[in-house]
Amino acid sequence: MDFNDTPEEAAFRAEARTWLEANAEPLPPGKRRASGMDRDDLLPEAKAWQAKKADHGWACLTWPKEYGGRAAPGIHSVIFGQEESKFDVPPYMFGIGQGMLGPTIMAHGTEEQKTRYIEPLLRADEVWCQLFSEPAAGSDLAGLRTSAVKDGDDWIVNGQKIWTTGAHYSDFGMIVTRTDPTAAKHAGITYFIVDMKSPGIEIRPIVQINGAKDFNEVFFNDVRIPDANRVGAVNDGWRGAITTLMNERASIGSGGGMGVGISDVLRLARETDWGGRKAIEDTSVRERIADFYWKLKGLEYTGYRAQTSLSRGQTPGPENSIGKMVGAPLRQEMAAFAMELQGAAGAASGDAASLGGAFQAAWLGSPGLRLAGGTDEILHNIVAERVLGLPGEIRVDKEKAFQDIPTGSLK
Amino acid sequence: MNFDFSEDQKLLQKTARDYLEEHCGLDVCRDVLESGGTHSEALWKGVAEMGWLGAAVPEDFGGAGFGRLELSLIALELGRALAPIPFAPSVYLATEALLEFGSDAQKKKWLPRLASGELIATFALAERPGRAGLAGVETTLARNTITGTKFPVPDGQLAGLAVVVVRGEAGPALALVELDASGVETTPIDSIDPSRPQSRIVFQGAAAEPLAKGIGTAAVSHLLDRAAVLTAFEQIGGAERALEATREFTLGRYAFGRPVASFQAIKHRLADLYAAIQLATSNAYYGAWALSTGDAELGTAACGARISASEAFNLAGEEIIQMHGGVGYTWEYDCHLFYRRAKLLSLCLGSPGEWRDALIDRLEA
Repeated sequence: MDFNDTPEEAAFRAEARTWLEANAEPLPPGKRRASGMDRDDLLPEAKAWQAKKADHGWACLTWPKEYGGRAAPGIHSVIFGQEESKFDVPPYMFGIGQGMLGPTIMAHGTEEQKTRYIEPLLRADEVWCQLFSEPAAGSDLAGLRTSAVKDGDDWIVNGQKIWTTGAHYSDFGMIVTRTDPTAAKHAGITYFIVDMKSPGIEIRPIVQINGAKDFNEVFFNDVRIPDANRVGAVNDGWRGAITTLMNERASIGSGGGMGVGISDVLRLARETDWGGRKAIEDTSVRERIADFYWKLKGLEYTGYRAQTSLSRGQTPGPENSIGKMVGAPLRQEMAAFAMELQGAAGAASGDAASLGGAFQAAWLGSPGLRLAGGTDEILHNIVAERVLGLPGEIRVDKEKAFQDIPTGSLK
Repeated sequence: MNFDFSEDQKLLQKTARDYLEEHCGLDVCRDVLESGGTHSEALWKGVAEMGWLGAAVPEDFGGAGFGRLELSLIALELGRALAPIPFAPSVYLATEALLEFGSDAQKKKWLPRLASGELIATFALAERPGRAGLAGVETTLARNTITGTKFPVPDGQLAGLAVVVVRGEAGPALALVELDASGVETTPIDSIDPSRPQSRIVFQGAAAEPLAKGIGTAAVSHLLDRAAVLTAFEQIGGAERALEATREFTLGRYAFGRPVASFQAIKHRLADLYAAIQLATSNAYYGAWALSTGDAELGTAACGARISASEAFNLAGEEIIQMHGGVGYTWEYDCHLFYRRAKLLSLCLGSPGEWRDALIDRLEA
């Protein structure tokens, strides 16, 4: 048991490191690579860096060679990411298009679509967004209502999407629509590529509880989509949607995106006054921090197990599905604990708070993590059903025509 | 990245599982529980013949010459079977103590007999309720005799040899005591898990031999860390078995016209139990790595492994009863075998609270 690269992986890592050293500056100590969230201003630099990687064969490594990738094993992607994280490069803002939508087009698109869209997507010359969720269809995605009606060689689309990351700077989107409301809900869905500059598209930012605007509402008013943009057969779009969602799950998360970590909490406890001592000397504080530690480490080591599978050319095991389910509520709990540790001063934020308000920012951001990309509750269902093989939920809408499914009074 | 056991190690694990499925059904645990016996003699013999007692003992001392990774997987399978034998104290504690801290003479004298199963050893640490810690040990070692009370001690009635944590001249230390010697009075005590009998041992000037290198807080803590990792694997094996049994039961049991397993409350709680077991497994793997490589991270890894495994197995022990409904509360059903063993294993090396405290000490060191 060890943490070593295979000889082949070590060679790849050295190659990646060499190229990165020649093309980027190392991250200065203490500086973190910016995330692209709420930083549209970084998009041009982000695109330039992606294009540079593409020019030298470092983009979308796992994609087929004919589309600009290296047909590399998944572990190479992980290794490149590890090496890249040591450099001061622009944020990666193309995960949706490259992680989910490109693979969907490769799996279900026509040859023309692949030829037209894949290469610019890989280079980030064109940026993509995912038009899935709607006000009436989040966890229940197949309950979507945005309609597409055939008109000659086009489809006319009306409706609304919500939670669309990056819609405002995207060139293209992939949209799931209702094309047969008389069919059962999964059976009347069609999947399209849509030009985000089409007339009739209106984009409005959603303001989150922390003031950020990463997501949008996207309104479709008689938007025309050519039939040539259809991905998959008419009324068979759910198949493609599943491919997209499966790719969402394919990313290997390790502890990276937590924002604040155990060392931040330990330092806070060391420095915080606590009835004549410091908080780190208090039993209740120590117990809480100890529990954060083994849970965070448990997630990190579970990530190593997944990487081990990748290294062996295998699909990561079911244990990998606990990452967000455990990690998202844990982040909220840890941030809240850090604030409580500070007493009344825990309510201060930004520069008035310790660590520049990082705990407060994590606390305000954390409810979103428990909801986006699969709510806590849906993830529990997924683990119960797909990992433990327990029965699915009873569906009262399964046999009904979509248009006959009850929808409640909230619009 | 190779954060997994090897194919050979997994093959050993499969052999162990197959063996225990045949020779250690849950009825074996129940038998010891109900009869008031000390252990399953047949299983002990079988396990000795399989070479597991000496799995990590060098061949020179009569062992199989494997390592701690193999021993971890054996522990996992024994835990899964709720094996009612003194494997943990004899192997994870006494044998490990001799391997780590014994002189050549001590190793030569004791290891072959432990590896063959001819001699059963145990480990005595706790003395009274609470958290005395190593600093609070009152059993004293002076002029090669020991005096004091140890309570509870696993397998006191059965074992011929004990590794005892004592207060020596230089602080905490480990001493070897032959339990059939004079000045040793062993009394069985009732415990919550009669499948793993416990005793009180009173030492009154009994002959004791210090373990050559087993001197000082660091040494004793190190031994406990090793045992914590190996015990964690037993806890995880038991928790996995409990989850499987609960899953099977709730799929077959119907209420309101559908499987109990189809109700969301049950589904979600089993998902949580699954997650707890995976977190424990991952922490235990890291502990096994640290143990097998001698890495300094063993100190924090052992804490993470012990706390997470205790949480997972205790949760499994509670949920298996709860999700069986009323029958889960009967003597006849096997649920309480898991409930009992989970609690015992979470207490035997000190409770999770002590290990949380130790974890922060070690992170802050």
